[in-house]
Amino acid sequence: MKAETRNAAAAAAVLLALCAVPFLAGKFTIYLAMRIMLLGIFAVGYNLLLGRTGLLSFGHGAFYAAGAYGLGLFGVHVSTHPLLGVAAGVVTAVLLALLVGTLCVRHTEIYFAMLTLACGMMAFSFFWNAREITGGDDGLIGILRAPVSLFGGIKMPIGKDGQFYFFVLFFFVLSVWAVHRIRQSPFGLALAGIRENARRSEFAGVPVRRYRLAVFVLSGAFAGLAGSLEALLESNARPFMAHWTHSAEPVLVSLLGGMSSLAGPLVGGAIFVGMREIVPRSTENWMLWFGIVLLVIILGFRGGVVGTLSALFRKAVAPGEG
Amino acid sequence: MQSYVHVILAGLSSGMFIWLVASGLTLIFGVLGVLNFAHGSFYMLGAYCSFTVLKYLGAGFWTGLLLGPLAVCVAGFVVERFFLRHVYRLALPYQLLLTFAFVLIFDNLVKIVWGGGALSPPSLSFLGGSVPILGRNFPVYNLFIIAVGPAVALLLWALLEKTWYGRIVRASSSDREMAASLGVRVPALFTGVFVFGTWLGALGGGLAVPYVGLLTPGMGETIIIEAFIVAVIGGLGSLKGAFVGALVIGVLSAFGTRFFPAFDMALTFILMGGVLLWRPQGLFGATQ
Repeated sequence: MKAETRNAAAAAAVLLALCAVPFLAGKFTIYLAMRIMLLGIFAVGYNLLLGRTGLLSFGHGAFYAAGAYGLGLFGVHVSTHPLLGVAAGVVTAVLLALLVGTLCVRHTEIYFAMLTLACGMMAFSFFWNAREITGGDDGLIGILRAPVSLFGGIKMPIGKDGQFYFFVLFFFVLSVWAVHRIRQSPFGLALAGIRENARRSEFAGVPVRRYRLAVFVLSGAFAGLAGSLEALLESNARPFMAHWTHSAEPVLVSLLGGMSSLAGPLVGGAIFVGMREIVPRSTENWMLWFGIVLLVIILGFRGGVVGTLSALFRKAVAPGEG
Repeated sequence: MQSYVHVILAGLSSGMFIWLVASGLTLIFGVLGVLNFAHGSFYMLGAYCSFTVLKYLGAGFWTGLLLGPLAVCVAGFVVERFFLRHVYRLALPYQLLLTFAFVLIFDNLVKIVWGGGALSPPSLSFLGGSVPILGRNFPVYNLFIIAVGPAVALLLWALLEKTWYGRIVRASSSDREMAASLGVRVPALFTGVFVFGTWLGALGGGLAVPYVGLLTPGMGETIIIEAFIVAVIGGLGSLKGAFVGALVIGVLSAFGTRFFPAFDMALTFILMGGVLLWRPQGLFGATQ
């Protein structure tokens, strides 16, 4: 079997399994699956920046939070239509990412990481302090899940978790497909070129800084999408969504799953959410275990779960070449 | 007028804590080239260890300050010798995330050993109380801290500029390979510098015990961000820059808390953004 056919078959199988979840699984599993998909959207978009372009941002929590607050405030002041709310969240995140990105893409490496960290924490302190607008440290609470009305007449309720699940699944599939297309596009290939050698890309005529800004804003849009969906899921928007410890999550997830593939951050997200939600039931010390897993991956398996498994698979298929 | 003086004094004393943490961070970055997220954890461990010596062993403040940070040095040794050493040649995200893994591990270990709640240290008998300055009382301990900061700066300067070890450290920092080929045992030197940097961070934690009032397992996560900001504003790797940066940030956020309470945190980030846009290498950093 060719690699592409194999990947398409795997994607179809996963999609089928995801569609089956609300019919077969219990409430908690449905919730878990939604959290995994949210983190998946966040991480797969973020990895366009880290894995593809080689830029390490520690401020994407700000765009996540911008999505959540954007949806929440749009719901309070304009309309509670979920699709319009999500659009408002994404637009808010894009505008913020455009502003932050313009400031930050002049730098690379550690200065880029520190600048994005500072901008993210600036957003955090805004959400935390601007009590009249954002609700301060309580966050925005009581965000509604109104029915989705389409083309005038049809109304789809998303109030129950089993219904909202498909709303999340729709955006998850859309995001993964979009990121897949971006990675395959000439733009996506140019990003990989920038990662490998920015100067050579510049000489080849690639507008490096503009491309970096573009991918920064794109990844911010995915973060905003994930954030606005979380606001609907948890019916609140919290300042800690913008905190740097939350910005570190997509970095960890990409590393855990593997930065070089599309599937890496998705697998990493599933493992991360699983560890965070399930390990605390048997031990209080999930952070300790997660830290140890991180150490093992960094010291021994830098391809992440996906990279290591596919290397093993290639060896098994063609023992002579490996 | 008097209120300005008090705000400045408060800013100077909080700036000195940031300096103590940022000095170790900067030293480690300058020599090893690694930005250490776990440095805030060393600060936290220093506070908890000093607290334990102070409270459970019934020892005095000075004994706690001596023994606590020394105990943390063991943790620093283990981190460098068995983990960090293997990632020097890797890309930046791996180095940062390795030290981040230790933030998770140390935070959790502190929860296991000391519990997740906040601990309140015993009050000091000496260095406690306050003295009147311009008609208003100011805590003696804060004045003590304002004196400790420059003392540590002077010690570091003397060590780096006036001793033989300092010369070797500076040589390895500017050219690792050349130093190695001239017979410097660079790996051992790196371990030493890392452990010394750890000690500086832990010393800051030990000194913070009477100052912060409450010890919590997350206390390292706040100060490490401030130390990062200070190190970046001053220029990564520049101790002089870290000292100046810490004073500026300390005083600025004291004024922020006093006059614009809604923006106290944002002010520091705005300053950092501004400095980086104007001088990407920081105030005292070498040009890239």
